[in-house]
Amino acid sequence: MNIIVVGLSHHSAPIEIREKLAFDANAIEAPLRQLVALPDIAEGVIVSTCNRVEVYAVTRDIAAGIARIKRFLADFHDLPFDGVEPHLYGYHGEHAIRHVFRVAASLDSLVVGEPQILGQIKAAYGYAAEYKASGLVLNRFLHKAFSVAKRVRTETRIASSAVSIAFAAVELAKKIFGDLSDKAVLLIGAGEMGELAAKHFVSSGVRDVFVANRTLERGERLAGEFGGRAVRFDDLFDHLHKADIVLSSTGACHHIIGPKEVAEVLRRRKLRPMFFIDIAVPRDIDPAVNNLENVYLYNTDDLQGVVELNLEQRRREAQKAEEIVAGEIGQFLAWLSSLEVVPTIVALRSRFEDIRRAELAKTCAAWKDLSPEEEKRLESLTNALVNKLLHVPTNVLKQPGQGNRTDLYLDALRSLFALSPEPLAMQNDVPPDNGEE
Amino acid sequence: MSEHFHLLVLLLYGAATLLYLLYLVRPSNVVGRVSRWVLAAGFFCHCLFTFFRYLEAGYTPITNLHESLSFFSLTIVGVFIAFQHRYRAAILGSFVTPLALIVMLVSATFPSAIVPLNPALQSRWLGIHTVTAFAGYAAFAIAFCAGVMYLLQEHFLKKKKLGALYRRLPSLEILDDINYRCLTIGFPLLTVAIITGAIWAETAWGSYWSWDPKETWSLITWFVYAALLHGRLTTGWRGSRAAILAIVGFCVLLFTFLGVNLLLPGLHSYR
Repeated sequence: MNIIVVGLSHHSAPIEIREKLAFDANAIEAPLRQLVALPDIAEGVIVSTCNRVEVYAVTRDIAAGIARIKRFLADFHDLPFDGVEPHLYGYHGEHAIRHVFRVAASLDSLVVGEPQILGQIKAAYGYAAEYKASGLVLNRFLHKAFSVAKRVRTETRIASSAVSIAFAAVELAKKIFGDLSDKAVLLIGAGEMGELAAKHFVSSGVRDVFVANRTLERGERLAGEFGGRAVRFDDLFDHLHKADIVLSSTGACHHIIGPKEVAEVLRRRKLRPMFFIDIAVPRDIDPAVNNLENVYLYNTDDLQGVVELNLEQRRREAQKAEEIVAGEIGQFLAWLSSLEVVPTIVALRSRFEDIRRAELAKTCAAWKDLSPEEEKRLESLTNALVNKLLHVPTNVLKQPGQGNRTDLYLDALRSLFALSPEPLAMQNDVPPDNGEE
Repeated sequence: MSEHFHLLVLLLYGAATLLYLLYLVRPSNVVGRVSRWVLAAGFFCHCLFTFFRYLEAGYTPITNLHESLSFFSLTIVGVFIAFQHRYRAAILGSFVTPLALIVMLVSATFPSAIVPLNPALQSRWLGIHTVTAFAGYAAFAIAFCAGVMYLLQEHFLKKKKLGALYRRLPSLEILDDINYRCLTIGFPLLTVAIITGAIWAETAWGSYWSWDPKETWSLITWFVYAALLHGRLTTGWRGSRAAILAIVGFCVLLFTFLGVNLLLPGLHSYR
């Protein structure tokens, strides 16, 4: 049994191609059924997100399986095969396993460490299991991928830090204020970035949002979106003291808030801390404000610096994650090849047994004067011969942890003795084995 | 008997300190849980040690530096354990356990022999006066640790140096809250300790207040913390200002406790 992966992602294809090949999650049953109905394909899972479309499948014939799925992806979407094929990659064996482990652990994502992909694969696997497109091998394989992703998440800090300016601002606010649920945000100006950051604060549960914009109507519309209140821009300083977090993104070409104003506001606030986020260019807030007690001022560059730092950390953590993935691949490969060991041993035994029986029958037919006693002796002699001959090879095959050698031996045995082992339990309703999670 | 316990407590506090420091650099739930249990075990043995010593000596074992430092360490750990549950700020332990360990180590350097009680100390006030004083000291010790953490975290946020330690430290608000909570616990205790001390002084030495160095320095300590509490309640001193005062207050307090005993001769110079 071989695991193959065929698909495309943001690494291999532009958005124009990806969107044409995407599958609708609400209508995934038909393609799944078509996929597993293909000759050479025993099991299949279809993963379709905005950054990737991938098919994970189990096949006996790697080359034919990959070709079939490539053809299937083009045909299903009524696209010319030649237009699609150059964007598709196909992996098998160790590469396929590594690829899926990396995808699940979000090491292959556009923003490394973003957690959504794992949920998307779990959903895709859920559909495949529901429509019985996945079986013994893919069940085990994907559960392994999920546990690898979980290990990566808990043992590395790959997703523990914000990688956008808006999220970085929210994280900083949490380090200053702890709980945001009793804090108020004042949004000054209605620039796009400010609006986005305010949205992040709202979804982090701030109590209140004020919007001060030069055109009151636009401010009111924005405030309505956040469930907040609009204030007149000219009354800004009458409201500043109510805000714990001030987000400024006006188009003003000079500082609108200086240390003098903030010092005054702080007195009214009894020195309760304030967090100023200046995402305007040119800057709205005098940098000297940062020198005031209990005031923290971050501008665009500072936040960008935080993001860079976090991205750098993610890259470092990704290195650790790659090591975890590499360590898990060997284990899974060993299980995969062990799947074929038992059927091959059974086939080998029955081949030897057939020969023994045939030769024994011939001999008994030729020597007509054999007593039942002597026939019995011949029977046990030949039995012993077969058992002795098979003893060592059987043990060697069953030894765990030989990696690629097991595959080599299995191939050799199959060709040397012309075996065609019946695959073990290929029915689809075998419960997934979670033993290693 | 009790000296074996003293050593056991030292070892457990040492292990807890290492574990809490490990927790600071390698955050993991397992390390966090193990450090909590090791510290709790240390605290339990410490309570037993103090109790046995009480039985052996027949008086509250806070009469010389060996005993009182050990009791100081006990109260620090006790107050911390209570705070740990309340604030879910296990990282505080990375700062508090080293302090408790150091106090315990210093205690070990002083002679531990049980001697007949100085007649001046033979009073039921001994227990009340010393226990409230040390409970107050412990609350201020926690405030000191929270203050150090606050200043570190504030430095990181102001200078935008957001490294590994920044990630591990709690938010400024929580640290400031711990500082305030410790103050509201420590200050009344210190007040009670001074008042009970004065009453006891009246019965033992015939005067409520005799400007003995310990009394003077206790009053100075009390004023520092009173100023901090007043500033907090009226003009909203908080954050770095409160953190610095908590640190200054603790230094004054340490002098009141140790400096006076070791350096200044007076009625309170118990070694």
